[in-house]
Amino acid sequence: MSASPLIQSVDWAAVAPPLIVAAAGLVVLVAELFLPEPRKPLLGWVSVGGLVLAGLSLIPLLDGDRTTFCLTAGGKDCSYVADHFTLAVQFLVIGGALLTALLSIHAVEEARMPAGEFWFLLLSSAAGAALLPASRDLATLVVALEVTSLPAFALVGLRRGDRLSSEAALKFFLSSVTATAVMLLGVSFVYAATGSLHLGAISRGLDHVDPRLVTLAHIGAVLTLVGFAFKLAAVPFHFWVPDTYVGAPLPVAAYLSVVGKAAGFSGLIVITVLGFGPYAHVWGATLAVLAALTMTAGNVAALRQRPANAHSAVRLLAWSSVGQAGYLLVPLAAAGYDDKPQEVIGATIAYALMYAAVNLGAFAVAALVGRAHPANRITDYRALFSERPLAALSLGFFLLCLAGLPPGVIGLFAKVAVFRTAVDAGLGWLAVVMAVNVVVALYYYLQWTALLFARREPVEAAGAAGAAGGSAAGGPVPAASADATGAVAALPVPIPLTAAIVTALGLGVVLSGAPELVLRFATGTLF
Amino acid sequence: MNDTAMQALLVAIVLLPAAGSAAALLPAPPGLRGRGPDQAVLRHGITVSGLVLLLSIVLAAGFDHDRPASMQATTDISWIPALDIRIHLGVDGISLPLLVLTALLTFLCALYTYFRMPEGPGPRAFVALLLLLEFGMVGTFVALDLILFFLAFEVVLIPMYFLIARWGGEGREPAAFRFILFTLLGSAVMLLGLLLIGLRAGTFDMVELAARHGDGLSHGVQVLAVLAIGLGLAVKAPMWPFHSWLPDAHTAAPTVGSVLLAGVLLKMGTYGFVRILLPMAPDGMRTLAPYLAAFAVVGILYGSLACLSLVRPGAAGDLKRLIAYSSIGHMGFVLLGIATLTATGVNGALFANIAHGLITGLLFFLVGAVKERYGTANLDQFAKGTGAALYGNAPRLGGLLAFGAVASLGLPGLAGFWGEMLALFGAFDPGAGLSRPTYLVFMSLAGLGTVLTAAYLLLVVRRVCMGQHPAPAAAVEFADVQAHEFAAWSPLVVLTVLGGLWPAALLSLSDPAVHNLLGGPR
Repeated sequence: MSASPLIQSVDWAAVAPPLIVAAAGLVVLVAELFLPEPRKPLLGWVSVGGLVLAGLSLIPLLDGDRTTFCLTAGGKDCSYVADHFTLAVQFLVIGGALLTALLSIHAVEEARMPAGEFWFLLLSSAAGAALLPASRDLATLVVALEVTSLPAFALVGLRRGDRLSSEAALKFFLSSVTATAVMLLGVSFVYAATGSLHLGAISRGLDHVDPRLVTLAHIGAVLTLVGFAFKLAAVPFHFWVPDTYVGAPLPVAAYLSVVGKAAGFSGLIVITVLGFGPYAHVWGATLAVLAALTMTAGNVAALRQRPANAHSAVRLLAWSSVGQAGYLLVPLAAAGYDDKPQEVIGATIAYALMYAAVNLGAFAVAALVGRAHPANRITDYRALFSERPLAALSLGFFLLCLAGLPPGVIGLFAKVAVFRTAVDAGLGWLAVVMAVNVVVALYYYLQWTALLFARREPVEAAGAAGAAGGSAAGGPVPAASADATGAVAALPVPIPLTAAIVTALGLGVVLSGAPELVLRFATGTLF
Repeated sequence: MNDTAMQALLVAIVLLPAAGSAAALLPAPPGLRGRGPDQAVLRHGITVSGLVLLLSIVLAAGFDHDRPASMQATTDISWIPALDIRIHLGVDGISLPLLVLTALLTFLCALYTYFRMPEGPGPRAFVALLLLLEFGMVGTFVALDLILFFLAFEVVLIPMYFLIARWGGEGREPAAFRFILFTLLGSAVMLLGLLLIGLRAGTFDMVELAARHGDGLSHGVQVLAVLAIGLGLAVKAPMWPFHSWLPDAHTAAPTVGSVLLAGVLLKMGTYGFVRILLPMAPDGMRTLAPYLAAFAVVGILYGSLACLSLVRPGAAGDLKRLIAYSSIGHMGFVLLGIATLTATGVNGALFANIAHGLITGLLFFLVGAVKERYGTANLDQFAKGTGAALYGNAPRLGGLLAFGAVASLGLPGLAGFWGEMLALFGAFDPGAGLSRPTYLVFMSLAGLGTVLTAAYLLLVVRRVCMGQHPAPAAAVEFADVQAHEFAAWSPLVVLTVLGGLWPAALLSLSDPAVHNLLGGPR
């Protein structure tokens, strides 16, 4: 590469979103050294501010035509592209990180987690996730993926002195590192076969690989995909999920389930659709099988959760997120069978945006309930409606969105959009598997939702007269059972947590009224 | 009336309940506070549902009766271009009667609730849920886009779930959960069928799809679609053997919930058969119609036999449960009429739909009143098994109950007669391609069902209305029909008589539309 002008001009505005997030992380890390202990909560607000700023920096890029770090010779391949796909995913990542931050502000204080480290790690990981969709060469992709993952290990293990937390971090770390190693091997094979790291060049190069290297190129492509399959927690790389989610601080679990997944997906989309286009026949079929296995495994495991077991709520959300990852994979698999793969994957983006809002919302309510019931069993949610009507209504709405039932209209339509890609691609069997899974999932989502509005058993026996007296069933409760019944209602709710729930709820409701806001991604190309 | 006004009317009918439901949750504005928040919100329910009823009567008056086969008062705007889903609303001769029935029953329920709020949490949520329910029911009957239809079909589940689970009687939570689980699983399968039709045909527009009469959909696709959609609708209707949620739901539901469940919700299932399956997948229907008819006949016999066993002395049969089982039988007639694939049979089915809505609505009101007075609906607990002696204790109530029972058994001259007779007529001469001998067997079995129906309903009258008077030990004095009860019930009584004496009013509306849907020459 002969760089004719030695110094390239960088389009700073285009790279602003990940850059601002990363800069905010550094600011927090340094500021922590100088802040006295009582002022530590400020760090959280600085992080929130940084994320808001990063979100605002997306606005000037809305045309979706900015590129930077381009090759000056050869093709016109760029390493960083801010097209509509990038912007949509960056919006998701930054928004998701923002909601996570709102969830974390009180959690950091209460769990006595080291504030500076927590916020630094969170922002670093988010910066990596924001960089990922914009990367257009394998080196940047791998670096971005590692920047996303490495801080996440530390975040999972941040609850000091908690055996579960450390164990979860170790599990997460070991399986992730294995996946990374495999992926790097794949990347090097691909590089060897095509002679380039830029996805555009790889795509062109794969068409005329030296016949002796074809096998190498195939293996390289598959191994690269394995690395991403791990980040998505696709079967068979999903075993770390439930333990990690339960062991991690709750906001971190929420973060992993949304932003971590979004990062994995955007990487997978970029690499398959833009890089490995000529090998669509290989990864299309592989992803279809992965999608079917992932959704089935996730839903079956979620179905088997016992509501009375400790941490069953988080475990259920963890397994359901595995199942949801399966749905997210469907358009990707369909893209492998389509002549215009770039137009199909929009359904994944639409689905991911819906999923991000409602899943974070569900975790936010779980965090709220978890304050009163540290074990966070599903049975702890019984009669939540009588104690905190808004929280119960929100959680009910989020769960119905995840299930895809009205009034969670957006969940339904996102599923329809995903389903349509499978049908259009001729993947009838995958469509059937998905349909069966959606039906199976109805059961556990509904059971939980119904529990929210059920009556509290002891109250029913003791106060049949009292229940008729007023809608505020929390009122006339004998003092003996007060700590059991009014536990959630008794604790004040931190404002940031409320803000997170209300934001997620608002997004869900607006999207349900106007699904076109995200579903327009499902038609036309984003690149 | 011009088109714009009609369009605005229909949109208002759909949106008013939704807006009213949200408004019910807010505090009453000054000037409308009434005697307290409870009374204000109950009055709000009457106002909104009354307004909806008024508007729907105006709509029915403005409806062009010369061309009931075409969609009128249509609205058609794009909602989600990405999936080609439109907000397409309209009414024709098939949906208009159901729309008016829905508005009427909801209004009567709101009126009844004003005077007799069921036990449970306060009335604010009750009224909001009632209006939300109306929104879903009205939406189902006017939606002309498959996905919109599905959405409206699902909207009713949540309010009905809460009406049963929060204001119901014994065993309400399991009953409510079973209700929602059954119908949801059914409708999930139904959605797949709707998507199959929509994606294969390239449009979700019901008018467009109906006009094509299945063109462009292969026989296999049509059979699959009928199976999937039919399953969802059959659970809702309910068709034997998917009925098992219904008796529990009815037994546990409050009076108002039962009235709307039997009066309107069940009709949504049969309406779907007529509106979606008959015109859009005619080949599939032809293949599966004999099976549908067979299930329908089993439902007729099963429903009446179950009622006969409940009415036996010593069976401790619950009166509400009995009416619920009788609904399974009556809906069997409706399904049989549809399964004949003839204009006669389908007209009969639509007529029976309306008649069942009126009569069973009335019966559930009456049984609710009996239960309120005796504190039980258990047939064996009425006056120690000799009979409840309603004729003696409350003659008007007893008379009304007897009226409801004979209307339900299909006495000629009352609304229950025509629908079932037309359905049997249809089975006597089934549509092209259907085996006549098979349908003749179905017809005779269904005829046997009418005899059994008559038997158990007369036994019910015998056990509830007659008996030793005054009942020796429990000589309870209780009130006869109250003014508010009279107000809520008399429209149903009048319409039942009217439907029996002047069936042409309804049939002239539905007949052209049915011919249009079936695609045959008039």
